[in-house]
Formats: sequence, C-alpha cells, structure tokens
Amino acid sequence: MGKLRQIAFYGKGGIGKSTTSQNTISALAEMGKKIMIVGCDPKADSTRLILHSKAQATIMELAAEKGSVEDLELDEVLKEGFLGVKCVESGGPEPGVGCAGRGVITAINFLEEEGAYEDELDFVSYDVLGDVVCGGFAMPIREGKAQEIYIVASGEMMAMYAANNISKGILKYANSGGVRLAGLICNERKTDREDELISELARRINTQRIHFVPRDNVVQHAELRRMTVIEYDSKCKQADEYRALANKINDNKMFNIPTPLTMDELEGLLMEFGIIQEDDAEVGKAKNA
Amino acid sequence: MSKDIKIKDHITLFNDERFSEMFDRKRELYENAATKEEVAKTLEWTLGEEYKDLNFKREHLVINPLKSCQPLGALYAAIGIDDTMPYVHGSQGCAAYFRSHFCRHFKEPFPAVSDSMTEDAAVFGGHNNMYVGLDNVYKLYKPGMVAICTSCMSEVIGDDLNNFVKNAKEQGKIPADFPTAYAHTPSFVGSHINGYDNMMLSLVSQIGEKTGEVKDRINVILGFDTYIGNFREIKRILGLFGVDYILISDPSYNLDSPTDGHYKMFNGGTKLEDLKDAPNSKATLLLQKYSTAKTREYMEKEWGHPVKVVNPFGIKGSDDLMMAIAELTGKEIPTEIENERGRFIDAIGDSYFWVHGKSFSLNADPDYAIGLTRFVMELGGDIKHVLLTNGSKDWEAEIKGILAEYPQGKDAEVYANKDMWHFRSLLATDPSDFIIGNTFAKYLMRDTGIPLIRIGFPLFDRQFLHRYPTIGYMGGLNLLNWIVNTILDETDRKTMYTTSYDVIR
Repeated sequence: MGKLRQIAFYGKGGIGKSTTSQNTISALAEMGKKIMIVGCDPKADSTRLILHSKAQATIMELAAEKGSVEDLELDEVLKEGFLGVKCVESGGPEPGVGCAGRGVITAINFLEEEGAYEDELDFVSYDVLGDVVCGGFAMPIREGKAQEIYIVASGEMMAMYAANNISKGILKYANSGGVRLAGLICNERKTDREDELISELARRINTQRIHFVPRDNVVQHAELRRMTVIEYDSKCKQADEYRALANKINDNKMFNIPTPLTMDELEGLLMEFGIIQEDDAEVGKAKNA
Repeated sequence: MSKDIKIKDHITLFNDERFSEMFDRKRELYENAATKEEVAKTLEWTLGEEYKDLNFKREHLVINPLKSCQPLGALYAAIGIDDTMPYVHGSQGCAAYFRSHFCRHFKEPFPAVSDSMTEDAAVFGGHNNMYVGLDNVYKLYKPGMVAICTSCMSEVIGDDLNNFVKNAKEQGKIPADFPTAYAHTPSFVGSHINGYDNMMLSLVSQIGEKTGEVKDRINVILGFDTYIGNFREIKRILGLFGVDYILISDPSYNLDSPTDGHYKMFNGGTKLEDLKDAPNSKATLLLQKYSTAKTREYMEKEWGHPVKVVNPFGIKGSDDLMMAIAELTGKEIPTEIENERGRFIDAIGDSYFWVHGKSFSLNADPDYAIGLTRFVMELGGDIKHVLLTNGSKDWEAEIKGILAEYPQGKDAEVYANKDMWHFRSLLATDPSDFIIGNTFAKYLMRDTGIPLIRIGFPLFDRQFLHRYPTIGYMGGLNLLNWIVNTILDETDRKTMYTTSYDVIR
C-alpha cells in the first residue's frame, strides 16, 4: 500500500457531486484501491449508491440518539458497500435548524479519534455540501486532511461561480497547509461550448479540466436502483468514462495553489463565451420593454 | 467617633427585623410563591425513595454537573509554562469566567486574555480577532509564548487555529519564530480534564523538538491537579532521589506568589527551553491518567520512550510513585523517603480505629476519585457511593476493579455520569457517615446533615487547602489529617452533652 491520499469533491448543489464521486470511487475500487467515503452533507446521500440504501445511519443522528458522540462505536457508523468501499456519513440537522458545519467537525474528529484512518487505506474521499458556506465545511481541507480537491462543475454560470468561490476557500487554507486544487471535473449539462469554457476557467484558476463526463441516461437508470453505473451496467460507455476519470485521479500529479478570479474577471470570461451579454444597455431590460 | 459606628456583617445583617419584614412582604406581594409549609413538604418529598426513582429516570436535564468546560483545563495547563500568556479565542465572558473561577480557588490573580469575539466575528469568522488579538498581546504584555485555546463560539463556526496562527505570523502580527501553542477545546465536549489534555498535547507536540539525543532525565506531568503543594512535593521527592527532571507545567509560582510589593504577570514555571527539550528525556512519568490520555498516546508513539502512569495517593499509590521513579531512573529509593513512609504508616495506625467502619461517599475528578477511594479503604473506611459527571467507561471498569480488591468496597455503588442532584437523592435515601467532595457538596451537607470533608476542585469556601500536598506519603498525611480530624470534630459535636465528650481521643 502506498501513502494514504485524502481527496475531496466540492461543487455547486445539484451539480452531480455525489453521483460523480461514487461512480469514480467505484471505478477506483475496481482497480483494487481501498477507499473510505466520508459524506459531509446533512442530506447524507454521499454513500447511497455504494450501500444501496436510502440513507445510511449518520454519526450525528446516532450521537443524538445515544446522548453523546462519545457513546458511539466506530462499527455502528462505518459500513462496507460495493467492492468493500467503506462508507460513513457525518449527517446533521434538519433544514432550517442547528449547525450543519459543526456536525462535520464533530464527525471528522470522531473518525480520527476512533482510528478510522489507521486502516490500510489508499484513499479517503470527502463528499462536501454545495459550497464552503462556513468554517465547518472547510474542515475537510484543514491541515492533515484532504490534500487534493476536485471541483465538479458545468458550463452554467452559477456552477462556475461556485467553482471559483470554492477555489477562494482552498486558497485561504493553501498557504498554511498542504491543500491543493487538483482539477475541475466537467459534468455535462449540454450548454454551449461547455468543455471549452470549463477548460478555460481551469486554466485561469491555475488548474486542469481533468475530465469531461458526458451526460448519459444510464446514470439515472442506475440511480433509480441505488447503484453506480459501474455496478449496474459495468460494460456501458458511461462506466468507461468514470474509469477514465478514476485513472486520471490515480495518476494525477498536478496539485496547484488556485488563482481565483475576481467577479469582473469571471464575468469577462462568460462574455467571451457569449454566456452573458456584453452590452450594458441590455442589462436589466425586460423582453418587451 | 469610630466606636460609635457599628458595622453589621453579612452573617447578622439579614437577620434584622428590617430585612426579614422586607423579605416577607416581597414574598407575599410579588413572588407568587407557594406557602412555606408546601415548600417544606415538597423538599421533604425530594429526599425520599419515590423521588429518587424519578430523579434517576431523568434523561434530558442535568442539575449541577460536577465539571467545568475544556478551556478551563487548557488555561490551567498553559499557566504552568514560564513567560506564557494563556489566550482564549472566543468572547470576553468566557475568559472572565475562567479567571474568576481560578481566582476564587487560588486567591491569586490569574492572567489570561481573550480576543473578544462578538457577533460580526460569528458571521465573518474569528481570524481578524485573532490577528489583532495576537498583535495586542505581543506588544502589550510581551510574553515569551502564547498558548491559545478555543471556546464554544469559535468551535461552532469552525475556526481553524492552525490556519489563523500561520497567517498571523505571515502578516507579521507576531514574529515567525514566536512560540505559539494552540489547542481546539470545544466547551461542549468532554470536561476540563479533556481541555487540559488537549492543551498539554499541543504544548509538547508543537513546542517540543526531538533531536535524537537521549538525555539522562525524566519528564513529569501532574495532570489537572490544583493542589499547588503537589508541585512542590514532587520536586522535593525528585530532589531527594537526586534525579534530573523536567516538570511540564508547573503553576506553583504563578498561582502562589509571594507578596513582595511587586506584581509579576509571568511568574515562573516550566522554562520554554525545557519544554522544547522534553522529547529528548529518557522517560515520562504521568501522575494522572484520565487527564493525560491523548498526551500519553502521542508521547508513546512519537517520542518512543517509556511513559509510566501512577496514581500517587495513599500507601499503595505512593509506593507505586516511588517505585516508578526508581524504575525509570535506576536510582535507589532514599532512606528519607522510607522514613516518611514509616511515619505515614504509623499515623494511619494511630488513627485506624477512628476511620475503620465509617462510611464515605465521594465526588471528584476521575483520577482523584480513584486515589481517594483506595486511600479511604486503606484507612479501613467503607465506600458507599462514588459519583462523577466526567467519568468514562474505562474509568468505571478501573474503579470497580479496585473496589473489588478490598472488603471495604464490597457495597460500593459507582456512577460515572451523574450529577449533584442525583448525589443528593443517594445521600438522602442511603446515607454515608461522611462526604468527600468540593465546595459545592456543602449544599448536600445542608440538605442531608452529612458532614463534608473538603478535598478536590474547586474549593472556594476554605482558605489555603490547595497549598498542601495530597500526593506521596507526606501528601497522604494531609489527607489523613483532613479525614480523621473531621471525624473527631463530628464526634465532639455529637457527644457534646454526654459522658463521651472527652479530652482524649
């Protein structure tokens, strides 16, 4: 076994982070890698395709039931799924109450104290909620945690805005620790010149467009069965796309400190690609005005 | 003129007719209070079996827990390092509470600063507070080191100390080579003993520098021990052994400083260069187990030298301490210490018949609870209840093992995670002859009539007790003194108007 690599998937909500990460991890597991997924999202949907379950019992849920996180045992929250991938979900509060960020901190501290990382692992993968909205969601990129960040994005303006914001978060921690931006994963939304745009954004924030994942309905078919494509239809073309991404991550050597864009620069980029109008006269003008 | 002024103190003042009338009027007009008879009846009911059963079914409410929060323990570990400013990354109120808590116990000032986080820091993150805070501390107080812990607020918003401290150095708020230790100490997790452990771990891991050279010297860590006398006692013992040592965190100067007309904010303790060199000692001796668990794990793994834990109370505990020093250093146990042991045994023999057969209930921190329980049984006393709020499963298993070794422990009940209101029910329904506990147990003394022997932390309502040692044979003599002489005081009180009110005991 080589050195443990800790990676994290970030990206705008609904962009397909959990789907992309679980498919890619299945492909890595196929290569014989030993992997643990740490879901850092109160929705706790980062492991359902691996475990074939609606939602896994989470650390915070069980801690609340038992009174305190100290009463938990590791094997109550750490489950094994497809190809032996280990799965754990931090969990968190219902929407609108409490503090989900603290849930992430508590869960990761618990895993460290209980020695979850000491097993023979090749990869630990954090799947993190939409955006780095507070200090708690930066927990996975603190020193000694994830060193490689993959941002899932698409050619939509808000997805790129989020990707740029996440790289700002990484930059904050990059100078004091080892966290690096490892690449943008373009998850196809079929917008205009999508791959080109993401590749250009990647170049400008000092990283690479590591893979272009085309849109394919087989992903939805697999999801309905709570499975990854790798497991549901291992011979399909889409499965090979995830395998290709897994290979690129496995061989990746490009770990950079990001150079996030200012709002003006980002808008400039979008104008170049015709996503937004250049002419100020058009801004704020209704169609029939 | 002056003899005309009559000063009434707090004790008599409120017995005045003027005040008692006022209290009655207030009660009648504004308090909407139940009648005095009903209050008395209800209080009586809360002392019974029926109420006890209800009380122990309590799930979501804690009443008077026997613990403080993590930052308090972290500050205590930090104050024992020379020239070091303890720093709370949080709001002012937190730091003020810790300082007053220590102040009331030690009757000494306790230097500590906070970076005064307010609402905007909760929203935008506490990094700016830390940059300005470190800048101010460095310029105003000129410490040789800053030891930072966190509080509830900074933990909930997820502030990362490692990142903040590095940035502060990069921005030149403090010099790049300025020694800084930092520990995450969420107040809502564990208790003060975990905070002590977290800060101790940060001190030894972030400041310690392993060179590869092994020096003929041992490290000693006392744990969360608030008896200042113990720091002096362990130094005296190691001196008698003729051992070279580093006492990691020694607050005995800072928290018991001589009055000489000058206030020194930083007043002795473990030298910074000694803390740096600690990894290169040949072994480490820990005098507490549950307040040093993470630190011990780190030392064993990273320093790779023998780490020994003893519980240095009473006869067996002190024997273990002396033998551990002898084993780790290869030195003979000095005759002077053998003589002290003899005197201690003699004293126990002299008073054995007073303690034998008396029953005791205890509350304390985990390590003290184990030491005191074993010592009471060594004196022939029976253990009735041992109740903690910050006990763990491991602790429970250990103390049950010790209780099983002595006939005096056979009827003992152990509670690892209960509170003082549970303790009240236990003492009311199944009383012991004495309580051993901290100042807060005086309310139990009032409610149950069981006399209290004050040992532990905090001790707000008695003077100087923390100045005496409690560890080793000489410390054991103090414990014996407090225990036996409380028994004798009580005997006098009970026999005052009988033929047994004797001058010879």
